[in-house]
Amino acid sequence: MNRIIKFILLDIVKNKVVLLYTILLAAFSWSAFGLEDNSTKGILTLLNIILLTVPLVAILFATIYIYNSAEFIELLLGQPIKRSKIWCALFLSLCFSLLFAFLIGAGIPILIYAPNDVGLMMLILGSFITVIFVSIAFLSAIATRDKAKGIGISMMLWLYFALLFDGLILFLTFQFSEYPIEKMMIGVSMLSPIDMARIMILLKLDVSAMMGYTGAVFKEFFGTVLGTIVSIAILFLWMWIPFFWSLFKFKHKDL
Amino acid sequence: MISIIKARKQFSKLQVLDDVSIEFQRGECIALIGPNGCGKTTLIKSILGMVIPDSGEIHFQGKAVLNDETYRKQIGYMPQIGRYPQNMTIGQVIEMICDIRKPNQSLDEELLFKFDLRKLYHKKMSTLSGGTTQKVSATLAFLFNPDVLILDEPTAGLDPISAEILKAKIIREKSNGKLIIITSHILSELDDLITALIYMQDGKIIFHKTMEAIRQESGEQRISKALAQILQKQA
Repeated sequence: MNRIIKFILLDIVKNKVVLLYTILLAAFSWSAFGLEDNSTKGILTLLNIILLTVPLVAILFATIYIYNSAEFIELLLGQPIKRSKIWCALFLSLCFSLLFAFLIGAGIPILIYAPNDVGLMMLILGSFITVIFVSIAFLSAIATRDKAKGIGISMMLWLYFALLFDGLILFLTFQFSEYPIEKMMIGVSMLSPIDMARIMILLKLDVSAMMGYTGAVFKEFFGTVLGTIVSIAILFLWMWIPFFWSLFKFKHKDL
Repeated sequence: MISIIKARKQFSKLQVLDDVSIEFQRGECIALIGPNGCGKTTLIKSILGMVIPDSGEIHFQGKAVLNDETYRKQIGYMPQIGRYPQNMTIGQVIEMICDIRKPNQSLDEELLFKFDLRKLYHKKMSTLSGGTTQKVSATLAFLFNPDVLILDEPTAGLDPISAEILKAKIIREKSNGKLIIITSHILSELDDLITALIYMQDGKIIFHKTMEAIRQESGEQRISKALAQILQKQA
């Protein structure tokens, strides 16, 4: 499998999009920290940028890359290689290159300007988000043979997770503001990895006071050790379920 | 060597393989023929594990091919339309496949030289003509000295000289005792190649006969005429 990973990584490097993504992330991060006078504000600015761009690039690049690898996959299928190995190699190489881009582009400035637990949390959550959205990309790419449809599905999913989900939550909170739904909101927030990441970082930044009573409930849950373990576990589920589902489908696909 | 037992496959409503059972033996050279869309390529792809039959089994040397990939070491496959990573060069594709297959015996580079592909090593797959792509496919199929060669319309798109080179190569490998499965629409070029013939229609095998039997039955030497006669008799 290492050989296949090597070939795919070489191909991704030649592609240069990941390089551009690294540079963009670096530009965002350095300017976010440079413009704000303290690192907390910088982190907040950067948080919003990262939570929009990282999932977008991860899901779109991965989806398009999988579709463009159709020939590569077909060529390898006639060779003595397990199907699961081909799919896993593709997944690992995409994750690896995008993680590398994120850790170089955003990681270095974060570690320089905010070398504390918040900065570290940003790095970990950013990495989780990258892998999760690559994983979701695999699921949408295997769902249909039609490239335009597959990319469309990926874009819709990004829109949903990055923008619509927030609106939905806001709508729910307003509609049911008479009821004690704060505990339920914790569960609902786990339906979107981006929202979970945002809440976990905001709580670390101690700006949860701005979120009112809901913030207090969140803090009570996400602030504890148990809460952190549960949320990390949920993020792992977000990483593995879409990918394993796609792997199962790929193993049974006719090519 | 390869046995297909009651394979069935349906693509949406179309039954492409309908209860197909065949045995292939070592040393045979079998032509799979039939009208377009009769299931030839699907049959080949299911031997390779690229298409998974809805029911039925495929055995390679007595072992089921599902969930096992090592048997593909012994197969050289030349697809009907070879699709290759567009931004790789011929050299890189060949090198990559070598790297993946890790052959423990020396490579059979005969076609590589006869097709003069070394000169084109630096060319990207996206810039190649259909015929050159076919040459790459053929070279890759024969490169690892496999026991089984599966050739899906091997000469389609090749110029006459290259087609002759490929035919000569097929005959040589046949005499080496390899199992060769060919699909083709050009019956005349099969005349001096094959030992048996399978005729498929609508996913079913209409008949599977050795060439001797066919020639005796029809009294014709040429496949095209013999086939026409047999099909007429059956109808």
